[in-house]
Parts: sequence; structure tokens; C-alpha cells
Amino acid sequence: MSRFTTQHEDFRNLQRRLLYLRTGLLFCLLLLSARLWYLQVVKGPYYRELAEQNRVRTVDLKPARGLIFDRHGELLANNVPSFNLYLTVEDIRDREGLAAALEELIGLPRAETKKRLVQQAKSYVPILLKSGLTLREAALLEGRRLELTGLRVQAESQRNYVQGPLGSHLLGYVGEVSPEQQEEPDFAGLVQGSIVGKSGVEKTYDRMLRGKPGEKTIEVDARGNERKIVAVVEQTPGDDLYLSLNLRLQRLAESLLGAESGAIVALDPRNSDVLVMASSPAYDPNVLSRGLTPALWEQIASDTRHPLTNRALQGQYPPGSTFKIMVASAALESDKWSADTKVRCAGAFPSGKHMFKDWKKGGHGVMDLYHAIVQSCDVYFYNVGQRLGIDTIAETARLFGLGQPTGIDLPSERIGVVPSTEWKQRVRKEPWYVGETISASIGQGYITVTPLQMAVAIGAVSNGGTLHRPRLVRAVRERATGRLQEFPSVERGPVPLQEDTFHFLQDALREVVLHGTGGRARSRSISIAGKTGTAQTVAARVTQLSTDEEAIPKQFRDHAWFVAYAPAEEPQIAVAVLVENTGHGGTYAAPIAKALIEEYMKDSDVDDRHQIAGQL
Amino acid sequence: MIDTRSPDSFEWRFVLVALGILALGVISIYSVSPSPLSKGQTPLYAKQLAWILIGLVAFLAAVAIDYHSLARHAYVLYGLTLILLVLVVVMGRSSRGAQRWFAVGPFAFQPSEVAKLVLVLVLSKYFADVQRAGWIQRVIVPGLITLPGLLLILKQPDLGTAMSFTFIFVSMVLVGGLHAKALGLGVLFTSMLFPFAWELIWTSLHDYQRDRILTFWDPMTDPAGKGYHALQSRIAIGSGGLLGKGLVEATQSRLKFLPEGHTDFIFAVFAEQWGFIGVFVLFLLFAALIFLASEIAGKAKDPLGLLLAAGILSMVGFCLMVNVGMTMGIFPIVGIPLPLMSYGGTTTVTSMAALGLLLNVKRRRLTLFY
Repeated sequence: MSRFTTQHEDFRNLQRRLLYLRTGLLFCLLLLSARLWYLQVVKGPYYRELAEQNRVRTVDLKPARGLIFDRHGELLANNVPSFNLYLTVEDIRDREGLAAALEELIGLPRAETKKRLVQQAKSYVPILLKSGLTLREAALLEGRRLELTGLRVQAESQRNYVQGPLGSHLLGYVGEVSPEQQEEPDFAGLVQGSIVGKSGVEKTYDRMLRGKPGEKTIEVDARGNERKIVAVVEQTPGDDLYLSLNLRLQRLAESLLGAESGAIVALDPRNSDVLVMASSPAYDPNVLSRGLTPALWEQIASDTRHPLTNRALQGQYPPGSTFKIMVASAALESDKWSADTKVRCAGAFPSGKHMFKDWKKGGHGVMDLYHAIVQSCDVYFYNVGQRLGIDTIAETARLFGLGQPTGIDLPSERIGVVPSTEWKQRVRKEPWYVGETISASIGQGYITVTPLQMAVAIGAVSNGGTLHRPRLVRAVRERATGRLQEFPSVERGPVPLQEDTFHFLQDALREVVLHGTGGRARSRSISIAGKTGTAQTVAARVTQLSTDEEAIPKQFRDHAWFVAYAPAEEPQIAVAVLVENTGHGGTYAAPIAKALIEEYMKDSDVDDRHQIAGQL
Repeated sequence: MIDTRSPDSFEWRFVLVALGILALGVISIYSVSPSPLSKGQTPLYAKQLAWILIGLVAFLAAVAIDYHSLARHAYVLYGLTLILLVLVVVMGRSSRGAQRWFAVGPFAFQPSEVAKLVLVLVLSKYFADVQRAGWIQRVIVPGLITLPGLLLILKQPDLGTAMSFTFIFVSMVLVGGLHAKALGLGVLFTSMLFPFAWELIWTSLHDYQRDRILTFWDPMTDPAGKGYHALQSRIAIGSGGLLGKGLVEATQSRLKFLPEGHTDFIFAVFAEQWGFIGVFVLFLLFAALIFLASEIAGKAKDPLGLLLAAGILSMVGFCLMVNVGMTMGIFPIVGIPLPLMSYGGTTTVTSMAALGLLLNVKRRRLTLFY
């Protein structure tokens, strides 16, 4: 009995302890419920937001850049798909293996890959290693994506210049926005990596061409794979530009320049449409737009012929005898000189200790202003210059737009120099010497101009004194509305000279081509008027004694100028041609102007029918 | 089969609660099953259903065989289990630096899960036999019984199961009848030993285990790396809110931000989808199970039955608390499945067999007076 009782007591003991276990467990469950209430109800909204952040990503949708056409609707720039290779340094596990694999798969030198990896400062920003992969290369890389961490092939839209290097300076090229560019108001607010215009029309009209990026909100899984599109704000493609450029003429102009350095600008003097803007040597904007490697940049920057310079508006040259147009105008407007004033040219003009020579040995004999222009008599203009003084000449030159920006819609235009006594005192801190006036009166010395300025000036002569701002873009078509907005041509105001002065100049310039120094521009089909110029390079003065042009080293030879317009009676085209380091303008530049004008006038009526509005 | 001669609604309630939890588990597994499946792949929820069927067989077998005869072979069973544990360390399949599984055909068999139940059986048998003995027999000897199994599991290493093992031992010692004086001494002794033991345990842990314990305190120290599990789990549970997001909108689990959603973190999946209300119902089911199990234990006819039922209760209860605790960030992340809900063959079958044993204890209590 007692044994049973003890056993019974023990059992009761066990049962009591069991109760503790049960109570303990249920109490724990209660604690867990409290924690659950805290997480789900108290902090619920917070965690719900975290879950949303997990789930949703936004992806930028890059807009396609606007297209660029010439005046006849010929395509100049469009966009093509391109496979680009990006590397994120942070994600790379095996640098050696990656470099080796890239060499094996796409032939990228191992050393170059490693160099790029070291240069990168922010390791989480993907760097563009190579653009324009072939489909095969892209497929090879994609196939090994899992083992080659940090590597990404992305299909993107790539700017494509259909005509290659043709018109490259005018079109410009594109690239990733630089930190310096982001400071400019036109490029403010762009995210890093945005593709923007770096020069030319691409830069000036970037705001229109660039379009508006869109945004895609997607739901991703834990591996970042897209599962579902939540919302899309479509990107707006950039607006299309219709240039005033005449592609056929541009092509001819560039081939006429050939291997020589130089520039050709052709405008329509009625409205200053830029028909041609050629600069040689050129570059291929496609290469520059596909991402510059440091090596390539080095190569371009160290090229002594400066292919990136747009000589049409950045090249500043002495105008040589083409400047006689301005000096003659000054003479006609002045009461110190008249068209009939005669000077005897004996081939030299003494001033102080110096003897200024005429280009023609032995001189031209007795000249009046008209014949002095036709024969480009230096001695006659030395006399004009000495009588008028530099300040009068400078004042007239400025009336033609020299020494000022033409206001063309392209970046980085240079304005040249129109020297005066005030200028020299201000810039050089020296007084003006009379001998310098003598040089200036035939367009030598301090005076420099750009081919574009000369084209605008000769255009103003041809149309009786109206200066226009050169117009490169005739119209823009908004992608969003399809609306075509034409850009009007802008007058900068008249050149305030007498009508007779223009008539005098026009007659003289026509005679230059018919019987003067511009004979090589004489055309059987078109009446061309023009003026030759032969600009001495600074160093050339040293070697001036040599008479044989071919014997002078290339870099010391003169720059050849020819400014012209046609038809003389009713001008439709004004041209400025500059060929560096060749020789006489009449020999080297005049034939180019003639060929260009003849080609243009061949179907100028066709040209007129091809108004943009008709095209669209 | 369940004895129809004694129409006891209690048994049916018990079975229904268990089946309810199992069903919620299958739904949660279904919701995180990848779709579409690759060719020839069986979906996880279908596999789990198969495991439940096998589990039912184990359940019925555990009900049918008298637990007294099972207890008679307890030491032999424990010996066999130890051999399995040695084998798994020597030749088992490894995953994340731990060897826990045997490949049995296409299935993975995890002996440590079975070992927990066998430990409950062997300790029940031991305590039932040594009633009214001294503290050496009540603490040291059962400790020596537990130790080989514990060491082998630590060797794998399987921190979670080792903790279950320890907890089963401690709770059986307490229920089995440790005097208050001895209990106090034990606690004192353990807490004195703890700094040394801690050093030993800490250095023997794998790096990932240490990281999990460290990031438990603050998952934000490394949200994308070591704290990822803990953080994503908290986000999943918290974002469920009061009413839950439903099966489709539960982005944390459906989009796989939550890793191991079908196994260790199934509770987080459930909480995201069903919210506080849903989890409250789930907790009620578990509370009912605990309550019914302790009823069975309390009404057992003999100490063996009581101890067996109490051991099973503590085994299941511990897994429940630790698993839920770790998903909610009040316990470090150790690999412990949620009983009856987590996907897994061994854990499902073992848990169901354990419930069968409980019912076995319940049914045999009537036979005493026959």
C-alpha cells in the first residue's frame, strides 16, 4: 500500500511538472504573438515600404536622337543598334581570367583591359569597355556571362553618320556628357552617361535632338530579373533637323579640297543659308561617337594638321588681297580718295626705311581704283591705306562683319582680328606704326579673318549690302507633334555704304574674273564675280626672295584665297575658298570656286523646287 | 485504425488540428513553388503531399504498436540511430559545409531528425525505470546517454538540432523529477561552465553560423550579405500587415527575396500572405495541439506514457518557438524546420510519427483497467 502511495505521489509530481511545461510553451506562444503584432501591425507600413523597394526598380529608357537631313531630305545622321560591352569593376571576381577571356573571345588586348580597370575611380559605375561589338562577339560573351562576373553586354542605340566624314565639322559628334559640360546651362540636369552633342550642330541643337528620356518601372525578383512591367513613361525621341546644307555640293567641295588643308564656305546671299561648309582635313564622327580610347584621343590631339578644327569658322587667316574689297569701299566712302584717283605703280612703295613691294615685278604702271582691284595692284592700295589711315580701314572692315562673330549656330566660332590704333594700344600696349597700315591695306599683318566671315562679307557685296546671320538649320520637326517649325533667316542689318559703292565693287569684281587676276574662275556658262587673295604666312616673309613657288617648303607657302559670287547679275551663291600653303589665290583657289559654282548653278532651279515643305 | 469502439471526439479533434496545420503548410509550399517547372520536375507541394501520405502510415503504425513494446527496444533503437549519425558524418551528403543527409534513391534522409524522437523514447524509458533515484542517476546518467548523439550532431554540424537535443534532455530531466536543490545546483554549475563551453562552441562553429548569430543582433550591418535572411524575413512578415497580402501579392515570397521560403522560412511566407489574423489562427491551432498533447501526457496511465508525451511535446514545442522566433528576429537563425509545415520528408514523417505516439499513449491509458 505504501509503495503504491509513493508511486502515486511521484506520478502526481510528474503531472504537476508537466503543467509547467505546458504553461511555459503557451506563454512563449503569447510572447511570439506580441512580437508578431509589433512587426505586422505597428511596423507594418514600414516593412511594406521596404518590400515595395525590394520589388520595384526603375530603368531609364534612352530616347533615340533626332535625325539630321540636308536641304533635300538626304539623311545625314541616324541611329543604329549597337552592342556595347560594360564592366563594373566592383563585381569582377577574377581580373586575370576576365582579361584573358576578353582577349580570347573578342581580341581585346589583355594589357588594355587591365589598364582600363586600374583607371576607374568609382568602382560601382559601369565603364564602357568596347562599343559596336559584332553579333557574334555579343553572343560569345553572353554565353559566358555567369562565369565572367562584372561584365554586361547591352544593346543600345548608337549615333550613325550615314555619310561618314562628309560634313563632319558641321555635324559634330556625340559622346557621354562630361562634368564640365554639365556645368553649362544647356546640359544642366542631365544624368551621368547621357549621350550629348560634343560639337557642331549636334552640340548647338542638342536640346532638340536629344529627346526626353522615359522611365520604365518594373517588378524584379531577388536576382534582378524583370518579371513584370508596372508602369512605363515612354521616351520621346529627339526632334529632326533639316539643314540648309546641300549634300551634293558639300561632297564636291570636300573632294575639291582633296588632301590639302583648307576650308570652303558657300552661302545663299539672299538669306545666308549655309550650302557648303567644308574643312579639311576631316575626321570620321562615327569613330569619335563610339567612345574615344585614350590612345585614339592622343593620336587626334597630336595631329599637327588639327583635323578636329573647323577651319571654316575657327581658322583665322590674313585675308590677303581679298581685303582690298574693304579698303576700296573705305576709299570710295572717304572724301580723301575717289575712284578716279590715279597712282603710278613702279613695283615698290617706300615707307620709312622699308620698301614695300608689289606682287608684280616692275609694277602695273598708272592705275585707278577700278583697275587696281582688277589687277590687284598692291602699290595702289599702299597709297590708299597711307592716305586713309588704319582706323578708317578698320571701321569699314567691321561694317562687313569682320572682327565680329557671324552669329552662326555652331559652337566655338572665332572672330579674327581687325586691328586699329586703339586695338594695338589695348592688346599689344604699343603705338601703331605707319608701316603696319601699309601691310594692313593689302590684308597682311595683324589682320585675320575666318573663311565664314569672308563668305558673309562677299555675300553682302553681292546683294547690295545686306548682312545675314548664316543659317545652318532651316527647320525642325517636333517628334511629339509632327509639327514642322521653320527657322527664319535673320538679317544683321545693312552695311551702311552708298549704293554706288556696291555697284562699283560688283563691276570691278566681275572684271577680276573676266580680265584680271581671277581668270581661272571664268566660266563659259555662268557669270562669276570674285577677288583673289594670296595671304603670306608669317614665316614666308623670310623666304620672300625666292621667286620659284615650287622651291619653297610647303609650310612656308602662301595661303590661297578666292571669294566669289554668281550669277553676277542676280547672285544665288557666295563662296569663300581658302587653301592653306599652296600659293597664289588665282591659281589654286579660283578654279575650286568656279567648279563649285558651276555645279550649283547646273540645277539651281531644281534646287528651288526642292523646298522642305514639298519634301514632307 | 483508431478504435471505433470508444467513440472519442478528443482523438478526432487532435487529428483535425494536426491535419489543419499540415494543410496550411502545403498551401504555403504551393505558393512558393516555381512556375513554370522545368521538364520532368515534380512540384514541391506534390512531393510534400506524398510525404504526408507516408507520414500517415508512420502515424498509424505509431498508434498501433503499443508504446510499451517500443520502449522495450528503446536502447537498441538509440544504438542504431547513433550508428546512422556516425555514417552521416562519414559519408553523408554535404550542403553549405554541413553533412546532414543521406541520399536514399531520389530522397534525402536526415537521421538527426529521427534522432530527436528516439532520444525522447530512450529518455522516457530511462526515467520511467529509475523513479526515486539519486541525482547522479537522474542527471549524470541521462546526460551520458544524450552526449554521444549530441556530439555527433554537433560534428555535422547542425546547430539547430543540437539545440533541440539539449532542450529535450533538459526538459525531460526537469519533468522526470529533479529536486529543487539539485535543479539549483545544476543551474549554478551550468552557468559557471558556460564561459568555457561558450568558447568551445563558438570556435567550433562554421563561419556562416557565427555570422548568422552576429547579424541577428542587427541585420542592417550587412543587409545584402550575412544579414540578408534575417532582414528579408522580417520584411516579409512585417509587410503582411494585419490582413496579409494574399497569395498573389506576396512579393517577398513569390519573387524569391525570401530565401528558403519552403523550408526554414515557411512561417514568414505564411505571415506575409495571411497577415496577423492568419497567423493568429495558426497560433491557435498550435496552441490547441500543445494543449491536447499536454492533456494526453497528464492523463497517461503510467510514468512512461507521461514522460513520452511530455518529451514529444517539448520536442515539437521547442522547434515551433525557435523557428518562429528566428523568422521574427528574436532568435538567431539556426536551421530548424517548423513542425508540420516546413517542406521536408524526414521532418514531416518524424513529426507525424511523434503525433501517432502521442495518440498511442492516449489510447493505452484505458487498457490499464481492462
